[in-house]
Amino acid sequence: MKRLAVPVLAALSAITLAVAIHYIFIRAPLQYSLTGEGRLNGSSLFFNQKIFYFHVAQAFMLFAAVGVAGVTSALFLWKRDPKWDDIAAASVDVAVLFGAVVLVTGSIWAKAAWDVWWNWEPRLTMSLLLWLILVGYSLVRKFAGPSADRVAAGMAIFGMVGVPFIYKMVGEDSHPPSGAQGVVLNLGTEYKLAFLLSVIAFLLWFLTLTILRVQGTRAEREARELRERGLDLGVLQ
Amino acid sequence: MSLLRQAGRVAWKDLRVELRSKEIVMTMVFFATLLVVIYSFAFRSSDPRAVRGAVPGMLWVALAFTGTIALGRAFDRERENDTMRALLLSPVPRLAVFLGKAVAMTALILAVAVVCVLLLTVWMNAPLLEFPGELALVVTLGAVGIALIGSVFAATLLKVRSRDVLLPVILYPLLMPLFVAGTKTTMALLSEIPNLELAWFWIRFLGIYDAVFLVLSLWTFESLVIE
Repeated sequence: MKRLAVPVLAALSAITLAVAIHYIFIRAPLQYSLTGEGRLNGSSLFFNQKIFYFHVAQAFMLFAAVGVAGVTSALFLWKRDPKWDDIAAASVDVAVLFGAVVLVTGSIWAKAAWDVWWNWEPRLTMSLLLWLILVGYSLVRKFAGPSADRVAAGMAIFGMVGVPFIYKMVGEDSHPPSGAQGVVLNLGTEYKLAFLLSVIAFLLWFLTLTILRVQGTRAEREARELRERGLDLGVLQ
Repeated sequence: MSLLRQAGRVAWKDLRVELRSKEIVMTMVFFATLLVVIYSFAFRSSDPRAVRGAVPGMLWVALAFTGTIALGRAFDRERENDTMRALLLSPVPRLAVFLGKAVAMTALILAVAVVCVLLLTVWMNAPLLEFPGELALVVTLGAVGIALIGSVFAATLLKVRSRDVLLPVILYPLLMPLFVAGTKTTMALLSEIPNLELAWFWIRFLGIYDAVFLVLSLWTFESLVIE
């Protein structure tokens, strides 16, 4: 059962993604603005708008991964059970990946819509700062030696608490709106279906990657522990 | 003995060690002086307004650099003779150890900050002393924030071999809101028409930031620093 989880999830996400791509590129019509209000005014938004389905869906997964990492890090410090740390480490790895995709797809869209790759617009700055915290976390994990788990857990918790400050700090922005007034909740039906499929596909992909990575971090930790035990018993040199 | 008095003892111990050797303060002041000299080459411009615009950034970058180096050195001192273990084993709560360390670090960073402000005023001809109260407040809040978060992670990294590299890797992303708020406050105070309302917005932001991270540091220090 456990062995099947990863291949099954991967297959499901591949199928959903194929269906989502069909809906995104064939079913959903080309549209100047997703909400039909001309809020996303720009010269080349017609086809360029398609990247929205990938960019926003992956951004959702980025936040999901960051949330999982923060909560499991707190649980690790509280309960001292390394299984939580395995999950935290794995989800940060996944978050770094999704974050990179979000930054790159965002830049591609910005080049077409705003005619610059990057403009230090608040939402962009915020994503970049978050991503830098995640990369810092990975560096700590890699180079902090035996106490890396504790240091990294601390960084995850402090980073999570700092997010509202980063959000407040960057202030108003010109990024297409999110939240109740935002693009996602006001989509037309055919767009909504394409977007939903894309979110499901990436959610399945996120689960696949996270489970796979947790298996990896757990195996690494167990190998390390076995080696230490071997050294203690004098079996290993 | 109450927690605050114990913390005071720890802080006084740290400051007394520093007052006897003066190692951190002297090297940091020298380092800050060099930084300002380098700035003067990097930002030399015939337009005084351009220099004026760069001064807030200069001040906070100097604080970031000197702060991390001072933190690393101060905690290295506790490592050399394994005195951190003695400190943690002593019959005072760990919270008192943490608070004492943070208070001593705040004092050290403030000492360097005073020198930075004076140097920038004299060499960059920056009107930093026009609002002494606001400037003192924002620099103090900044120093407190750096000392709080810095002490937590410098203590956590004590046994890690690559701690000197990792301390800024951890601190700079986490402290980004603090540096931005500090720079924006200083910028509002230094602009042609000083914007006090904006300055106070960022001062309040920094106050809340410090308060939140004080609580978080007190809450996590014990579980992060385990011998």
